[in-house]
Amino acid sequence: MKSLFGKILSTPIVTEPVSRAAEDQQIELITREIDARVRKLLGRSLHIREVDAGSCNGCEIEITALTNPYYDLERFGLHFVASPRHADCLLVTGPVTRNMAEPLRLTYEATPDPKIVVAVGDCARDCGVFKGSYAVVGSVDKVIPVDVMVPGCPPEPIDILRGILAAIDRLPNKR
Amino acid sequence: MTPYLLEIGQALLALLLAPGLVGFIRWFKARLQGRRGAIPWQPYYDLRKLFGKEVVMSKNASWLFRFAPYVIFATAVAVTLLVPLVAAPLPFDAVGDLLAVVYLLLLGTFFLALAGLDPGTSFGGMGASREMTVAAIAEPTIALAIFGLAVGAGSTNLGRIVAQTLNHPGAVINPGHLLGFTALFIVMIAETGRLPVDNPSTHLELTMIHEAMILEYSGRYLALIEWAAALKLLIFFSLLSNLFLPWGVATALTPGALGVAAVALMAKLVALAAVVAVMETRIAKLRLFRVPELLGVSFVLALLSVTSSFLLR
Amino acid sequence: MIQKTLFLVMITAWIAGAAASLVTGRGAIARVVAALGAGAGSAACLLLGVTALITGQTLSLSLAQMPPVGGLMLRLDGLGALFLVIIGLIGLAVAIYGFGYSANYAGRYSLRTAGAMLNLLMLALGLQVMADNALTFLIAWEAMSLSAYLLVLTEHDKAETVRAAVWYIAMTHAGFAALMAMFLLMSGSDLTTSFAAMRANAAALSPAARNLVFLLALFGFGTKAGVVPLHVWLPMAHPVAPSHVSALMSGVVIKMGIYGLVRVALDLLGGGPVWWGGVVLGIGAISALLGVLYALMEHDLKRLLAYHSVENIGIILIGVGAGLIFHSYGLMPLAALGFIGGLYHTLNHATFKGLLFLCAGSVSHATHTRNMEEMGGLIKRMPVTALCFLIGAAAISALPPLNGFASEWIVFQSLLEGVKIPKPEVAMIMPIAVGMLALTGGLAVACFVKAFGITFLAIPRTQEAEHAEEAPLSMRAGMALLALACVALGLAPFAVVPMMSRMLAGLGGLPDTRAEFARNLSLAAPNGSSLMSPTLVAAGLLIILCLAPLVMLLLRVNRKLRVSESWGCGRIGQTPRMEYTATAFAEPLRRVFAELYRPTKELTIDFHPESKYFVQSIEYRSEITPWFEKYLYDPCLWFVRLIAAVVRRLQSGSLSAYLVYVAIALLILLLTARM
Repeated sequence: MKSLFGKILSTPIVTEPVSRAAEDQQIELITREIDARVRKLLGRSLHIREVDAGSCNGCEIEITALTNPYYDLERFGLHFVASPRHADCLLVTGPVTRNMAEPLRLTYEATPDPKIVVAVGDCARDCGVFKGSYAVVGSVDKVIPVDVMVPGCPPEPIDILRGILAAIDRLPNKR
Repeated sequence: MTPYLLEIGQALLALLLAPGLVGFIRWFKARLQGRRGAIPWQPYYDLRKLFGKEVVMSKNASWLFRFAPYVIFATAVAVTLLVPLVAAPLPFDAVGDLLAVVYLLLLGTFFLALAGLDPGTSFGGMGASREMTVAAIAEPTIALAIFGLAVGAGSTNLGRIVAQTLNHPGAVINPGHLLGFTALFIVMIAETGRLPVDNPSTHLELTMIHEAMILEYSGRYLALIEWAAALKLLIFFSLLSNLFLPWGVATALTPGALGVAAVALMAKLVALAAVVAVMETRIAKLRLFRVPELLGVSFVLALLSVTSSFLLR
Repeated sequence: MIQKTLFLVMITAWIAGAAASLVTGRGAIARVVAALGAGAGSAACLLLGVTALITGQTLSLSLAQMPPVGGLMLRLDGLGALFLVIIGLIGLAVAIYGFGYSANYAGRYSLRTAGAMLNLLMLALGLQVMADNALTFLIAWEAMSLSAYLLVLTEHDKAETVRAAVWYIAMTHAGFAALMAMFLLMSGSDLTTSFAAMRANAAALSPAARNLVFLLALFGFGTKAGVVPLHVWLPMAHPVAPSHVSALMSGVVIKMGIYGLVRVALDLLGGGPVWWGGVVLGIGAISALLGVLYALMEHDLKRLLAYHSVENIGIILIGVGAGLIFHSYGLMPLAALGFIGGLYHTLNHATFKGLLFLCAGSVSHATHTRNMEEMGGLIKRMPVTALCFLIGAAAISALPPLNGFASEWIVFQSLLEGVKIPKPEVAMIMPIAVGMLALTGGLAVACFVKAFGITFLAIPRTQEAEHAEEAPLSMRAGMALLALACVALGLAPFAVVPMMSRMLAGLGGLPDTRAEFARNLSLAAPNGSSLMSPTLVAAGLLIILCLAPLVMLLLRVNRKLRVSESWGCGRIGQTPRMEYTATAFAEPLRRVFAELYRPTKELTIDFHPESKYFVQSIEYRSEITPWFEKYLYDPCLWFVRLIAAVVRRLQSGSLSAYLVYVAIALLILLLTARM
């Protein structure tokens, strides 16, 4: 017990600040303009439900990193939830495989409005390396409407975070 | 007229403080984990957002699903009118005593469990089953803790219990008192779904108790249920602090005394919240079938507390 | 005067109902006359009881000295009036309900007997509580047992029913024998001695005789009430009887055990040593806990309710036991509180248990099964039944603001007063009883979440449940009557408790506590130490329930609602097999209390003949150990059979042997008579 609390007291807050990406790094593609009303409603409290539509789990590992003390997405009011009924944002990874197309659609339908969808990774954007495979239905926006795409294979956690924050217009202004 | 306004004011104060209490525990835990964490008043934003979302309901659910959040919320608010948060005795002190408080909370749990069963999902049923098991086994401890307090004060009315402790400050270090506090603390953890009984922020359905029942809820219904859960946490904290350590509670209805009482309440809530946060950081969740053992320990403590108050009269 | 009229109406209605039912025999007419007779008699009974409670007047009747009915004495006092209210209220609901329910039986079983026996049962019950001497009491008791037996046997083609009825009649007669012995002891071998004379003589009995009387009363009345370990007939007989009969039996007939115990222990004997109350309290606490523990494991809806009756009888006996303990220490107001708690719970239990059985009857009528695991989703197909069952379930779980909470509050308060008992070792039983009572209450809530949730909520599990129809009007009316009574009794305990106080005043030396336990709209503990008002709590809840949506409307909260599939983690489609089952719901508690249940497990797996990797069928069987049947009753029955085998040798069939027996018996008789 002493060692745990000793460690807690001796370790500082390690959260790193988030800034905008450099101009030439156009890392988030906003595919649909999200309604200002929705951005205002979800701006301070966004509950995210992660959906793995057949990915290799590379993006998942990066997304998991978002909850560690360095990236700490909770400080922006973002929070991962277990049930899509509690969610405002679907974070979708993976080229949508044939078996996951219907579950993805069901998840989208189970989420209450207003909601946004963020597609993470090259696979979610255009099937990535799995393009043309017999097991794949298409990119995420062929199954459900997508609001933001974050390219990368896998994208870094900071870029995923920037993508989500850009969707709700909470990205800090400084570089 | 003023005492009744005070009652309404107290309920509003509880409604206002409850989400902040939950937010504070989360913030403190985050800081212990070395990260910045969400701001302590994040739950207020969460509630505001939930009230702006639509409700998606299962087609297998019935009117009970829509009715239950209101009952759960109403019972929690009704209890805030009966518990001595800032003043004792309250005008509604004669309306509900400690037994009424416990059974009103049980009424809320009853409807929550039914609402978990209504959509016909496995996780909802599992949550309902586990919640009722924990609630049933926690009941004897609560009853004995009430018995212990009532024996000391000669009444089960909360105002009188508080007055008794205020008039006999030495009773605080009675073994009966201390054992009763410990027993009730363990029960508080079980009833409000904190670690080590239930993890409030888990995503693994098989580890959920309270969360599993509300997996199907969304929008304004979810907001009401989350608010009621926060109120329940506030109520338990207030009962623990004001029944066992009532200093600060106003006995006269002057603005000065009430102001001091409000500050004292917040201080006690923050202190208990900090203790709970530290405990949640240190202790891992218990396996479900170890929880009855924990509650059994609390029962024995409560029984010892009652026995000692009987024998040391 | 009005009381006498009501009494005559009551008796005539029931006798007429029975006679007319026997005469008309078939079809709708039989059902109508039976229901009319039972209903009119019950209404009169209810009014008689209520007027007697309000006015506090007693009524005495002594029938003429004719041989068959000679020696019958009837007297209505406060205690009897309370039980008349119970009989009348439940009887009325049962009569109305039974009219619709017995339509099932037309053509298959005898409506003649069913209707006649129902009226006779109610007549016996009515006369029972007005009995003023041992003869009347015993005749009414036996009539009640026999008519109930015949009613249990309504569906006599099923083996389960016949077995249950045999157990019932055997146990009730064992109790009857004890009662007969008890009355003989108390009245000095003259069964026509009035209760008043017995009361006077009781002081003259030796302490050993008084203790024996008490124990015989406990055994005899305990058999009828269904206390542990004499409860085994209850979960057998109540499920197999027609539902309105189950309601009457569970609601009223077992309460006659409580009536008898209070009448004998408190009124006739005038209270006794501390251990009397202690034994009653102990048996009550154990019955309560065991009743609810066994109820939790049941999936037959009516057996579950039957075990809950055992539990609630336990709670009633906790109140009565506490009352007796205080009485023996001379703490009279506290004793009154204990008895009021117990008797108020009697009234409340009759109401909500009757309601629950009637609802269970509607459900089994619609789905043709009693097994909860084959129901589901009935709340949409049978909304009235579901609402009534919900009210009954909330009431039996002692949730405010319904009636179960009010009476349990009083029982709790009387146990809390235990601190005033002079001896600490006796006073310590009270907190233990409080703990057991609280555990019982918690488990009861869990059990009823299971019962209501699995039966009515989610998706129908079978075809029958999918096509279930709501109950006919008369059945709905019967259920609604009792549901309203539950709500009314819960909202107005401040009116009921003074009536109970007045009823108990004078009984066994209890004082008149009318002004003590109910003040304004609140219930109060002695000296106003604790106050609680279920009425105001209900009002508060209602106000908040109305304000919350109003405020949300004013603040323009999002009001949209979309109906969609259940969230099944992306699973496509949902079948009833994915729902939670009753067995699964109770499983955590089964594991927690595994020491008591000792569940046995049998697993048989049939593999495919060609390969062990493929399974053809799996059979899983799990049962809990029936402690009392296995370790108490089976040995007793074995012993009885042993003796019977020995005695059978006397029945040799030879006439000369029988003549020798007669001669020997005559010789012995003459010799002893001479001495």
